[in-house]
Amino acid sequence: MFKIALDKIDELFAALSGNETLYLPIEKSGEIEFYPYEKDAKVRLDALHTVKSAKDLFFPQTENLMNMKLDGKNIQIEEGRHVEDPFVLFGVRACDARSFDVLDKVFLADPVDSYYAARREHGVIVSMACSRPEETCFCNVFGIDATMPEGDVVVWLDTDHLYWEAKTEKGEALTKTVESVLTDSDSKAVEAQIAATKEIMDKLPLKDLDLTRFTEDEMMNIFNDSRWAEMSEHCLGCGTCTFVCPTCQCYDIRDYDTGHGVVRYRCWDSCMYRDFTRMAHGNPRKSQLERFRQRFMHKLVYFPENNDGMFSCVGCGRCLSKCPIHTNIAKVIKTMGVKEHE
Amino acid sequence: MQVNETNTVNTEEKEFTPLIVAFCCNWCSYAGADLAGSSRLSYPANVKIIRVPCSCRVNPLFILRAFQRGADGVILCGCHPGDCHYSTGNYYARRRMTLLFSMLDYLGIEKGRTRVEWVSAAEGAKFSATMNDFAATIHKLGPNRKLRDLRCEK
Amino acid sequence: MREINEMLKKKVSELLENGTADRIIGWQAGEFCYDVTPAVMRKDNLDELFYNGFCGANQSKYLIQESLEEGKVLALLKPCDTYSFNQLVKEHRVNREKVYALGIPCSGMLDVDKIKALGITGILSIEDNGEEIKVATMYGDKTCKRTEVLQERCKVCKGKEHKAYDELLIPDEDAPEVPNGEDRFELVNKLEAMTSQERFDFWRGELSKCIRCNACRNVCPACSCRTCVFDNDNSGVAAKSNADDFEENMFHIIRAFHVAGRCTDCGECSRVCPQHIPLHLLNRKFIKDIDEFYGEFQAGEDDTAKGPLTAYTEGDCEPSIVMEKGGEA
Repeated sequence: MFKIALDKIDELFAALSGNETLYLPIEKSGEIEFYPYEKDAKVRLDALHTVKSAKDLFFPQTENLMNMKLDGKNIQIEEGRHVEDPFVLFGVRACDARSFDVLDKVFLADPVDSYYAARREHGVIVSMACSRPEETCFCNVFGIDATMPEGDVVVWLDTDHLYWEAKTEKGEALTKTVESVLTDSDSKAVEAQIAATKEIMDKLPLKDLDLTRFTEDEMMNIFNDSRWAEMSEHCLGCGTCTFVCPTCQCYDIRDYDTGHGVVRYRCWDSCMYRDFTRMAHGNPRKSQLERFRQRFMHKLVYFPENNDGMFSCVGCGRCLSKCPIHTNIAKVIKTMGVKEHE
Repeated sequence: MQVNETNTVNTEEKEFTPLIVAFCCNWCSYAGADLAGSSRLSYPANVKIIRVPCSCRVNPLFILRAFQRGADGVILCGCHPGDCHYSTGNYYARRRMTLLFSMLDYLGIEKGRTRVEWVSAAEGAKFSATMNDFAATIHKLGPNRKLRDLRCEK
Repeated sequence: MREINEMLKKKVSELLENGTADRIIGWQAGEFCYDVTPAVMRKDNLDELFYNGFCGANQSKYLIQESLEEGKVLALLKPCDTYSFNQLVKEHRVNREKVYALGIPCSGMLDVDKIKALGITGILSIEDNGEEIKVATMYGDKTCKRTEVLQERCKVCKGKEHKAYDELLIPDEDAPEVPNGEDRFELVNKLEAMTSQERFDFWRGELSKCIRCNACRNVCPACSCRTCVFDNDNSGVAAKSNADDFEENMFHIIRAFHVAGRCTDCGECSRVCPQHIPLHLLNRKFIKDIDEFYGEFQAGEDDTAKGPLTAYTEGDCEPSIVMEKGGEA
């Protein structure tokens, strides 16, 4: 294990961003997102969450797939992707780190999404342990250990030091490039922090959410539950929950007419939008109730059914704090977790 | 995210010919443009006229989309207030455009890039003078950088 | 607040009992003290109804759908909600006959994001004691000043007078005091005084955060189109993301423009924005311009007056007025 004093942390960032782009939580116009590091950037490692999750780096909100240019009677087709640049993603929390496993199940399954795969290959993940969870956190419900996140490198932050430990080969390689600014350290401080954080985690109000009912056997019972109606009744049909979610992976592919050609791009889609999955014959989910139900059935029932029990929620709590009307997955788990009329 | 070169005074500027979109109402301004043509009064070739049934037909999206597709300046011409073919259309257009232009200014877009002029069917000379003047203004402002869509750049 | 809560429950159950209305749109408690959800309730589950300092959501937009349904709905309107309600009635979007409007008092609503922005996290409970807000957290008890954590809109409160109602829970003059209204154009003025480049940079910084979730649009009581131009594939501008800076600008200019002259400045757009983009500053710019160019106008003040963009005078100023005013180029 290595460490570096926090007052020298800029040296670490400079070293990390020397050869490749370093993305980390940076505050701009009052909000924190993963932005490329630059000198004088307002780095906010203290923030629990970025607004958008870290999935944006592997599966960006919009990405060009190809450009078609008209030139007289000829059409030129150029590939629009930029996915081969190596980068370091620093400061990913345990929940977001788990979300990559969820996304891998979708994008790395056959047929492999080559855009996503290339970014996964070229990105090194430096995850950061939590020491100050919030009331909206419930990652433990999905078996995530916030004090020991997955990642190529894991870092822990205390009041004056950052502790660094490589976990994978990629992580070892990255460590070599920054070794000169790190010093050796024992793990006492980290162990103490982990113990302290675990005590806090035990006090989280949502730590006991019960997922036992969300199984294949109960699928139709949950699907037909009449309580979806009242839960979805006031859903605004906005895309906030899906766009801040680290595991939502639906996208749309669209063509934009530039006047002298076409740009084909893909962008995040939201199952909350009424044109979601609209086809030539119309839309199979016509009401907000059906769309609302789909989102949670997917995360809690269908996805685990198809992926060895892995839920496609990581308990980051973003939708809990961002939903304009505060209808969210925690409320759904609590309501649907018990049988109707019980 | 893109980096905007908002203050560029580059070498291209010498050859910069602004692209101007002029929305002209069918009843007055379009006829005014016709008269300018038949009276052999010149106006820049890079003014592209789009005929609309009334100045009131133009909604803010038209103006924005003209910029999106590469216009450097957008001008709306209609009948003089009081002379609208449909009696009052241009009065509504006037309010809308005033508010829109003010909003564009508020967002930091150069003020001179948008304009409204009233040109009657008899004012071929005014049409030509207006277009020449507007083209000169846009030329001075340089290419539209702040309200462009990079995907539409050639 | 507790008193008002009790009064409200009593009044509502009375109105449902005597058949004045057959259901109510109220608020339901959530997981935490602050995450209340709008909910339709009937006689049998009325005990879930409650009202506290986090019931800020403007529920008048729900009345569009509710007033299409069978029976009469009981709406709880805070003073500022009545402006949106009037506006929707004026535009024939809400059927006035199908709504029984109960005016409820409000002494300013709290914004939990502002509490969190003060560094108060791990919130377990919040006690609203008037001037001081006590917050119990997982990391100890904290306090903050009410004025620090009021919702943006409450800082420019329109007052405690209800502009539309069938009945008031408490007569307006006896209602608790509302926050002192600040000048709502203060920030607009500040922006206008900047240079054009500074304004451009400010808005680029703000609008580039937009994730195009459409929450601002979907929550807005004035955005009541059945199909929005940005959802209409035939419009040429439909999109689900901002694929270019231009689309960020376009979406927000058009959103604000479509509600210009109808926006009551209820502030819902800014409240729901996950990125805290000050969208109300776009709306207020239109309001300020309308006031200056065409005379003072408050949308939703009544349910009859013609809106400034559906009216004109022959002597209106020319668009070139923009060249003369505003910040420097």
